[in-house]
Parts: sequence; structure tokens; C-alpha cells
Amino acid sequence: MTAVIELHQVTKSYPGGVTALRDVDLTIEHGELIAIVGPSGSGKSTMLNLIGTLDRPTSGQVVIDGHDIAGLTDRQLSALRARRIGFVFQSFHLAPGRDARANVADGLLYTGLPRRERERRADQALTRVGLGDRLSHRPHQLSGGERQRVAVARAVAGDPAVLLADEPTGNLDSVSGNGVMDLLRELNTAGTTVLVITHDHEIAGSLPRQVPMLDGQVI
Amino acid sequence: MSSLRPARLRPSDLLRLGGYGLRSRPLRAVLSALGIAIGIAAMVSVVGISTSGQADLDEQLDALGTNMLTVAPGRTMFGDDATLPDDALNMIKRIGPVTSATAVGTVGDTSVYRTDQIPPGETGGLAVIAAQLDLLGTVNARLAGGAWLNAATARYPAVVLGAAAARRLGDVPAVWIGGRHYSVIGVLDTVALAPELDTAVLIGWDAAKSYLDFDGHATRVYTRSVETQVEAVRAVLAATANPQNPDQVDVSNPSDALIAQRAASQTFNSLLLGLGAVALLVGGIGVANTMVISVLERRAEIGLRRSLGATRGQVRTQFVAESLLLSLLGGLGGVLGGLTVTVVYAGTQQWPPVVPLWAVAGGLGATLLIGAIAGLYPAIRAARLAPTEALGAA
Repeated sequence: MTAVIELHQVTKSYPGGVTALRDVDLTIEHGELIAIVGPSGSGKSTMLNLIGTLDRPTSGQVVIDGHDIAGLTDRQLSALRARRIGFVFQSFHLAPGRDARANVADGLLYTGLPRRERERRADQALTRVGLGDRLSHRPHQLSGGERQRVAVARAVAGDPAVLLADEPTGNLDSVSGNGVMDLLRELNTAGTTVLVITHDHEIAGSLPRQVPMLDGQVI
Repeated sequence: MSSLRPARLRPSDLLRLGGYGLRSRPLRAVLSALGIAIGIAAMVSVVGISTSGQADLDEQLDALGTNMLTVAPGRTMFGDDATLPDDALNMIKRIGPVTSATAVGTVGDTSVYRTDQIPPGETGGLAVIAAQLDLLGTVNARLAGGAWLNAATARYPAVVLGAAAARRLGDVPAVWIGGRHYSVIGVLDTVALAPELDTAVLIGWDAAKSYLDFDGHATRVYTRSVETQVEAVRAVLAATANPQNPDQVDVSNPSDALIAQRAASQTFNSLLLGLGAVALLVGGIGVANTMVISVLERRAEIGLRRSLGATRGQVRTQFVAESLLLSLLGGLGGVLGGLTVTVVYAGTQQWPPVVPLWAVAGGLGATLLIGAIAGLYPAIRAARLAPTEALGAA
């Protein structure tokens, strides 16, 4: 197994003296299903932003899929996100006026694939998350759980090296939430590395590996 | 490990991206495009209407010719009415480039009546003018009906009515002038280059002398010259017509009046064009405003796109494309509106509708320029947004 995510002595401080992460070391192997768990303010979202290359560390080394992000330009980081990282957000972030297929296909817009291919893969991904019969539904015609499934489909349509899910069940009732967690487990079984950020110890406990965090440090 | 080079957005995808923002808020898009549309419509219709008017004027001038000069007696040093010398017409005819010349003489102290029953006070304001047989060809006049004077009728009590005179007198077989009936043998069309003939009752030169005590002095000489020599002829006309007192001769070119009318309308046009430019500027500010608001509202979308792998440049391009589409929408609407206004207005004036291609192209070009300028600042702001910050805004 090879490491897909490596954090070495990573510190992130914000102007004004707030240190959100302090000397964090973390290695995640290819094919893992892992929970980063901690209360709000523990630095787990900051960690997700660093792993997702949406932000850079103040010090330390972040290596994603073999790329040390310190040496990459903003454009290269964008390309890395486009091809190797999939995001799932607590609030779904779906475009309201567009159907499920368009939302998922939009996730492949920056990969350079032609439109037909993007739509074909979107249909595939939606079928994979169990929404093969909801392709033309718009977000407001879908339940919360279904919306999050669309978001998961968008994240995995490009076959990323790692799927980052930030409180994926935070806006869902427990039944829908369990459904989404089951889906993430299925994707992991099929080979995707999945990293779930949550404050919910029950959800974290249901995953093979947990990284507990408190006050910016892994404990 | 793949090389990390961002994929380029295809033009078709970029177009779709730009249109997406507009389609999600159609009313706002239409309203902010309206400002640009009004500006462009104003400019295109102003240019179109003035070009159509000029095309009409050009047709008129072509039909009338710009080579007519008229000679009339001016005033003496003491302010009295001057007269042209008796041989003025013959002298003028001897100027080389003059191709034709003809004289008319106003018969003083005569009034024209429908019948002998009309009280002498109701003169109707019509002039009796003695004309020569070659008048029609020189002033480019046409008969609306009947016949022009000929060598025989020019010596007898017979008249031809000007267009306005015919309207005032009505359809009469004869008119009453100075205690005698004169048969009406013809009626003229409106004479554009010699409007004084419209309100005249024309009578043969000899008949005027024998029946109306006409003194035989020409009160106006119409000349036609070779087109290229009109200015040269104009320079010598006064001295030729009255060698003793050239300063007592008025020389004028009737088509000058038409050309002056065109110049006046051009001054008015530049004012309207200026107003159109102001409307366009305001429209551009409207588009910029819409784009700034759009960027503020769509921070979450921007954050999402960055997380999906959009580069700063791609975010910037998306918003510039949106702004360009928005103003192009306005521009197309404006051009269409301008064309419609021009065609309708030209229709009411019976002008040939003409909108020069440069006006359409210029309008659309200005639109694109405005779209680019209006969209640039909001787009740069969108691209500068940190992805984490943008995502947190949702």
C-alpha cells in the first residue's frame, strides 16, 4: 500500500495569532476509509482544507498523491483538485436550477473531457449512487439524502484518488445519513480512499480508522 | 503520476458557463441588458434615420441637379430695388460653361382672381410672372396636366398655373387678371429648385407685354452650367449680368438650401448620438453593477468551482464571458430596435430605409467593449476569492 496523503509537522496559523493546526503528522494509505473526528474548533476543517489543497500550511509538508503541494503553483493545485480530489460538503453545494446529471457533469468540467463524455460519466456515477432513475430531477425535487448522493456522485465521477467528505451527514436525518455512510463504505470497498470529517463519534466509530482531534492536534 | 496541467475550457463550455448565470436570473439579465439595448438602439436609429434622410436628399439632388444658379436684381447703394440690364440674359448665355439660361419677369401691380365676381381685395397672394418658352427644361419643372406655353399661346391671353396657385384657384377654365379672362392651358408640378414658381401664374413674355404693361425687365434668370464649372460660373455671373454694377446682383444656388438643411440635421444628429452614448455608458454601468452583485451572490459557486479544479483564470473567464453575453444580448436587442425604428420612421417619411453596416458593426463592437470593461473588475474579484473563504460563505 502506498500513502495517498502525508502530513509532516503541519502547522496552520491565521493572522491574529490563531493556530488552527499544530505540528500534525498523518499518513493515509491508498484505499483507506478514515474518520477525522473532533468537536468544532478542533482544527479538522482546517485539515480538510489543507488535504484538499484549498489552503496551504504555514509550515510543514503536505504531500497529496505524491505531489508536495509547497512546490506547486495555484494552477497546478487546481489541476490536482480537478483530477485527483473529490469533495463532498455538508451543504451539498448543488446548482439549484440544474438537474442531477448537469450538476454531476459540471464536476468534470475542469478535467478537459468533452461534454458528451462528461454526461456519460455523470449518468454512470448517478447510477452507482443509486439515482439512476433521478437523472433529470432538479435538487428541489430530491430529498436531502438524495441531494447528498448527487454530491457524492459529482465527487467520484472523475474517479479521484481521494474523496474528502466534510460532515456529509450534518444536514441529514439519521436514516438518510446512514444511507450516505453506507454509500461511502461501498465506494471504499470498490477502491476509493475516503476521508470523512465529523464531530459525531458514533459515525466515526463505524469506520475502520479514526483520527481524533482536539485543539489543533491529533490526540 | 500525471503531469499537473489544468485542462483548457472548450469555447462551447465557456459559452454555456457564461449563459448559465444569466439563465438562472433571467429578469435581472433582461433589465440590465435593457440599458445597453436603449443606448445602441438610439445610436443605430439616429445613424439610420439620418442616413435614410440623406439618401432621400441625395436622390432629390440627383434628380434636380446641383448645377442651377439663379441671378436676381439686388438693391442699389441707396436701398432701392435694382433692375437687371435688358441684355443680361444674352450676356449670361454667352458664358462658356452655361448650358441653358432663361429669364422670368414678375408683372407688377396685378392680381389674379378666379372670376370677375371676386372683390378686388381678395388677391390670393399669387404673382403673375412672365416666362420664356425654355423655362421648364432649365428649372427642371414638369407639367401636372395640360400643356406648356408655345410660340402661339405665349402671345395670347393664356396662362399656366404653378402647383400652389392651382390649388388655391381650383379647377377653373380661366382666370381673371387685370380686367380680362386668361385661359388656363396647363398646371405645373411642384418645382423644388424654384419654389417661387409654385405660387405663380405664368404667362407668355409677349402676352405680358401686350396685355399687362409688363416692362420687359427680367426679375430672375435661371441658368444651368456644366457640373464641374458651377463655381467658376458663379464667380463671373454678377459681373456678366450687370457689368456696371455687379454689386447690385444677387447670385444664388437653390440646391445650397437643401445642402444647408442636411448640415443642420447633422448637427442635430451629433446631439442625439451624444445622448445615445450617455445611455450606452449608463447601460455599461448597469451591467458592471449586475456583475458585481452576481459575484457577491455566487461566492459559494465560485468556491465550489475552485474545489472542482477551476483555476483563477477559468473563474475570471467565466465571469467575463457572462458579462460579454449580457451586453451582447443588449447590443443585439438594440440593433434590432434601431433597425425597426429606422424602417418605420423612413416609411412614414417615404425615405429609402438605409442603415449603414458600420453602424451595426460599430454598435455591436461597442457593446462587446463595454461588456469586457464592465465584467473585468467583478471577474478579477471573483478570481481573487480564496476558495476556503468562498466555500465558507454558503
